Amino acid sequence: MERLRPYLMLSPALLIIMLFFLGGLGVGLMRSLNYMPIIGLTEPNLDAYVGILTDRTFLRSLGLTLYIAIASTAISMTLAVASGLLLRRSFRGKQVMTFLFQLNLPIPHIVGAIGILFLFTQGGFLARAAHAVHLIEQPADFPALVFDRYAIGIIAEYVWKEIPFIGVVVLAILQAVGDEYEALAQTLGANRWQRFRHVLLPLILPGVLSVSVIVLAFTLGAYEIPFMLGRSFPQALPVLAVRSYTDPDLNQRPQAMAMAIVITVFSTLLILAYMELSRRIVRKE
Amino acid sequence: MTNQTRLTHLLRWLALSALLFWLLLPLIPLLIWSFAFRWPFPLLLPESWSLRAWQIAFSARSGMLAALWNSLVIAVAVTLVSMLVSIPAGRAMGMHRFRGKRVVEFLLLAPTIVPPLAVVLGIHVLFIRYGLADTRLGVMLVHLSPIMPYAVLVMAGVFANYNPEYEEQARSLGAGPLRTFWYVTLPAIFPGMMVAGLFAFLISWSQYITTLLIGGGFIKTLPILLFAVAGANDTALTAAISIIFVIPALLLLLLTARYLTGEDAAAGGFGRV
Repeated sequence: MERLRPYLMLSPALLIIMLFFLGGLGVGLMRSLNYMPIIGLTEPNLDAYVGILTDRTFLRSLGLTLYIAIASTAISMTLAVASGLLLRRSFRGKQVMTFLFQLNLPIPHIVGAIGILFLFTQGGFLARAAHAVHLIEQPADFPALVFDRYAIGIIAEYVWKEIPFIGVVVLAILQAVGDEYEALAQTLGANRWQRFRHVLLPLILPGVLSVSVIVLAFTLGAYEIPFMLGRSFPQALPVLAVRSYTDPDLNQRPQAMAMAIVITVFSTLLILAYMELSRRIVRKE
Repeated sequence: MTNQTRLTHLLRWLALSALLFWLLLPLIPLLIWSFAFRWPFPLLLPESWSLRAWQIAFSARSGMLAALWNSLVIAVAVTLVSMLVSIPAGRAMGMHRFRGKRVVEFLLLAPTIVPPLAVVLGIHVLFIRYGLADTRLGVMLVHLSPIMPYAVLVMAGVFANYNPEYEEQARSLGAGPLRTFWYVTLPAIFPGMMVAGLFAFLISWSQYITTLLIGGGFIKTLPILLFAVAGANDTALTAAISIIFVIPALLLLLLTARYLTGEDAAAGGFGRV
C-alpha cells in the first residue's frame, strides 16, 4: 500500500495528461493516418503526409515557421542576457526600472500583437513619428513592418514579450551568484569581457538555455500572433493547420492533423537538438 | 568618480532607457487609442478625445461584460482544479522516490514541448463524440493540460524543501489528517500554491485557439471577443477591450508578486501566457 501512494497522489494529474493531452495527440495522429475505425476507416495510410509534404504551400509555411521561431528565440535570448547584466548593478531608480521591466510578463500575447499592430502599420504610431521628423511624406512611404515578407512584426512581438521572460531568469541567477566570482576574476587580472565570457556566461547559460526551450516551443506552435501580424501567403504552420481544419471540405481534416503532427515532430526534434547543443556548450564551459 | 566610470554609467542608463522604452512602447498607442475620437494621420495625438469606446465596451451590446464573466468563471474553475491536482502530484514528485518517476516526469513536462494546437485538433474529435464540444466544461477541460507542467513543477519545488516532521508532530499530538493539513501543511505550502494558481489563471486567461476550437464560437471569452472586435476595424474599441483584458492579469500579478522569487524553474509559466 505504502508503495502505491505516490502513484495514487499523481493519478489525478496523470489522468488529465492522459485524457486531454495524450488522448488528443493520439486521435490527431490516427486521423492524420486516415485511421478511424469508428467511422469505418480501418486501413491506415500516409496520404495526408504525402499530400502536405509535396505541397509547396506547406513547405513554405514550414520554412517560415522555423525561421520565425529560431530568429525570435535567438534575439530574445541575447537581449535578455544583456538586460539582466544591465539591471543587476545597484543604481538610482533600479527598483522602478526592474518593476517596469517585468510589467509585460502577465500581458497576453494577443494584446502584445494588437499593440505591435497599432505601432507598426503604415498609418501607425511609428509612421506618424517618422512623419513628424520628416522621414516620410505619406503612410505608403513607411516600410512594411507587419504582414511583411520577413515577419518583422511577428518577431518583434515575440522579442517584446520574451525579453522580460528570459530576463527574469537571468536576473534571478545573477542575484543568487553574487559578485564574488567576478571580483576574484578581477583581482586575477581579467578584463570586463573576460569576466563576462569566462565567469558570468557559464553561470547563467544553463538557466537561460533551459528557459528558452519554452520560448522555442511556444514560437513554433503559436497561432494568434502570426494570424494577426502575418502575411496571407505563406502563413505560419499553425495558421495553415487551423485553416485546413476549419475548411468546409472535410477531406482536408487529415491534412490539418498531419500538419499538427509535423509541427510536433519539428518542435520535439528542434528541442532535442537544442538541448544536445546546449549540453555540449555547457560542458565545454 | 572618474570620467570613464561616469561614461559607463551614462551608457548603462541610456541602454536601460531604450530597453524599457521598447518594452512599454506597444502599450502606449493602446492607451491613447481607447480615448481617441478622431485621430487621422499624421497627428501624433488625437484631434479629439472621447469616452465613446469605453461606453460601448461597457454597454450590453458589445458583449464585453458577458465575455469577462465567462473568462473569469472558466479561469477560476480551472485554477482551483489545477491547484487541487498539483498539491498531491507535487508532493509525490518532490518528496517520494518511486519506480517510473522519470517517465512520469517526462509525461508531466510533455505539454511544454508539444504545441496546444497539435493536441486540440484531436481533442475536438473526441469531444464532439462525447458531447463536450461547444460547452463551457469542454473548454475548461482543454485548458487544464497546458497548465499541468507549471503547476506541478511549482508544487514539486515547494515539497522538495518541505520538512514532513512537523506533520508527524501534529499527528502525534492527536491531530487528524484534515486538521494536520489545514494547520501544518497548508501554511507551509501556501506561497507555492499562490504561484501555481497565478500561472494556472494566467494560462487559462490567455487561451485563444483552444477556446475557439473547442467552444466552437459558442463560448465567448474575452480573447474570443477581442479577436472579433480587432477584425471589425473599430480601433478605439479594440484598444479599450485590450486594456480591460489586461487589467485582471496585472492585478493578480501585483497581489501575488511577493510570493514570486523568480528562482524557481516555475517562472516558466509566464512563457505560456
